[in-house]
Amino acid sequence: MKDSVKDFLHGTKQAVLVTIVLLLLCGFLFPVVLSGLSSVFFPHQAGGSMITVNGQAVGAENVGQEFTQDYYLWSRPSAYHYNVYVEDEDGNQYYNDGTEFPGIGSGSNNYAPSNPALAERVEADIATFLEKNPDVKREDIPTDLLTASGSGLDPHISPESAEIQIPRIVEASGLSEEQIREIIANHTSGKVLGIFGENTVNVLKVNLDIAQAMGLLTVDAE
Amino acid sequence: MEETLSFNTIISFMTNTNLQHYSGESGLSYLSQMLVITFMMFVSAATGYAACIAFIRGLAGKTKDNVGNFFVDLVRITTRVLLPFSIVGGLLLVWQGVPQNFSGNVVVDTIEGAKQVIAMGPVAALEIIKHLGTNGGGFIGANSTTPIENPTIISNLIELYSMMLLPGACVITFGKMVRDRKRVLAQENGEALEAQKGKSRKSFTVWMYGREGRTIFAAMGIIFLIGLSVCFWAETQGNPALADVGLSQSMGSMEGKEVRFGIAQSAMFTTTTTSFTTGTVNNMHDTLTPLGGMIPLLHMMLNVVFGGKGVGLMNMIMYAILAVFICGLMIGRTPEYLGKKIEGREMKLTALCIIIHPFLILMFSAIAVGTPAGLEGLTNPSFHGLSQVLYEYASSAANNGSGFEGLADNTAFWNITAGLAMFFGRYLSIVIQLAIAGSLMKKRFVNESVGTLHTDTLSFAVILVAVVYIFAALTFFPVLALGPIAEHLTLWA
Repeated sequence: MKDSVKDFLHGTKQAVLVTIVLLLLCGFLFPVVLSGLSSVFFPHQAGGSMITVNGQAVGAENVGQEFTQDYYLWSRPSAYHYNVYVEDEDGNQYYNDGTEFPGIGSGSNNYAPSNPALAERVEADIATFLEKNPDVKREDIPTDLLTASGSGLDPHISPESAEIQIPRIVEASGLSEEQIREIIANHTSGKVLGIFGENTVNVLKVNLDIAQAMGLLTVDAE
Repeated sequence: MEETLSFNTIISFMTNTNLQHYSGESGLSYLSQMLVITFMMFVSAATGYAACIAFIRGLAGKTKDNVGNFFVDLVRITTRVLLPFSIVGGLLLVWQGVPQNFSGNVVVDTIEGAKQVIAMGPVAALEIIKHLGTNGGGFIGANSTTPIENPTIISNLIELYSMMLLPGACVITFGKMVRDRKRVLAQENGEALEAQKGKSRKSFTVWMYGREGRTIFAAMGIIFLIGLSVCFWAETQGNPALADVGLSQSMGSMEGKEVRFGIAQSAMFTTTTTSFTTGTVNNMHDTLTPLGGMIPLLHMMLNVVFGGKGVGLMNMIMYAILAVFICGLMIGRTPEYLGKKIEGREMKLTALCIIIHPFLILMFSAIAVGTPAGLEGLTNPSFHGLSQVLYEYASSAANNGSGFEGLADNTAFWNITAGLAMFFGRYLSIVIQLAIAGSLMKKRFVNESVGTLHTDTLSFAVILVAVVYIFAALTFFPVLALGPIAEHLTLWA
């Protein structure tokens, strides 16, 4: 009887000690060490790969943004509007479409393929898109441009989706078609080793260049 | 955090499930992300491997009364395998653009004059152990779909590889440990060690996996490849409902997928995460096409395709014992596995162990669709609603943790039932499996004879695959027919 109590206490002590040591090692030391190492080797990425213009952060390389102006390239639809919001004088925060901004989030609407709400959303988006891009035929709209990404933060669109927006951007921005094509080509990445992944266009980077070319942003020499 | 949500979250991370009914970027502080979540990710993975190694020691039969010390295994696995790999892998992820800092979420002014809030934090530290330990709980609500957790194709490949690495290695460990025993046995029997060595040198696969390990690995690989092909094919077909409203489906079904991953990488990730019971996602599984979504569901129901942190191997060995038993009945011999007789006691335990998993999934699903509290959570109409329920419990019982995320699961009902499914799904099976290993360990080795069924051949691998599929069809086919298959037929009608 006494022995079994002793064994039990010994076992408990061992379990508690192991837990505390591992808690400090894995839960505290490891993240701190990794932070230290990454801020030495990859300071830009560890800080979130921010893009700054004149010392002011305007976005992150890896996080998409919502654009509404006709002279900018548009991103894919997002259930969370890429966490982009406007603030009125009273401090109320709204998405660009006027609905309330509930705070940072990510994800999609999670509509099943068979959900009628999905077809409705896509149909409404097609109508809006065709109105703003009168030269485009309905069947030419690429799949990715009007389907929502999984994260709601997708920074990319496919090259085809960029291509069909060019006429609208040319008209609204006053820049030449060659100029726009060149900007888009500069920010298009191919597949890794030619096989993995897809060709992508980074929307935010393209739009920063368009803004610069239009003179909306003046960048000091860096 | 509210009580039932805490209950669910703690069980979820303790059992290596990482089902999340909360959203990481807004629901938790960085300190809890590190001290609770990251810590549990290390330890729950290490306990799984510790249990698995004890199980293999029992089967390999080096000793008759000792399967090792849990604490020694736990600490060694953590400090010698998980931590070093995590540091290297974590740095690679930061290189690709995963943030690792302690600053708060950043608000930037966009060039259109609006504001954008961007999530920050010690993401890379959690990200690497999430995959390496096949945990799967994201720092951010949308998990590895987000460009913050998974910014590039290379980071995607790193994450894929790191979740395959250890469960795959476990099968090889099994093969090697069992082979070692055979060598020692051969030595005792007076057979020259050299001859034995020469024999095993003959084939690269035997050298690589060990004879018994090779069979298990092949069987798992076959099921994995079948699943991957079906999922990829289903997703490239697109969504006929969207084609009807006039959106071209030439790229496949892109709703819920990222442009940088496309169909191929999304299908690969989906199949891998559910086979290796990680539960991290790089696309939204709720938005997969019906048949594409059936594959992750099926692989969690099987829970033997590599599986996470050693548990998959233990489950597969349950099926191997079952397969040996069935073959034994057909050829009229006493079933043997790894040189030990399989008798009534082991078969009873094996049957019990195999039946627990479907029982948990189907019973809880039945309760959920039969009560108003369960039905409240459904967000998609008709057949897909049933798939959402099934997915939630399959994911819980298999300790996977991915979800058909549309499900409004942060309610008392869902928190408690899913919590129980996770708890029983993990510990009941581990206890039974260790009991089987303990019982086999105490038995004597039987000599091989001409009538012995060889379990190290390709044909046994095929039999094993067949047994797994037959069992799955018997238990899950009715409910799959009512969920994904019915949805597919209505969608393509």
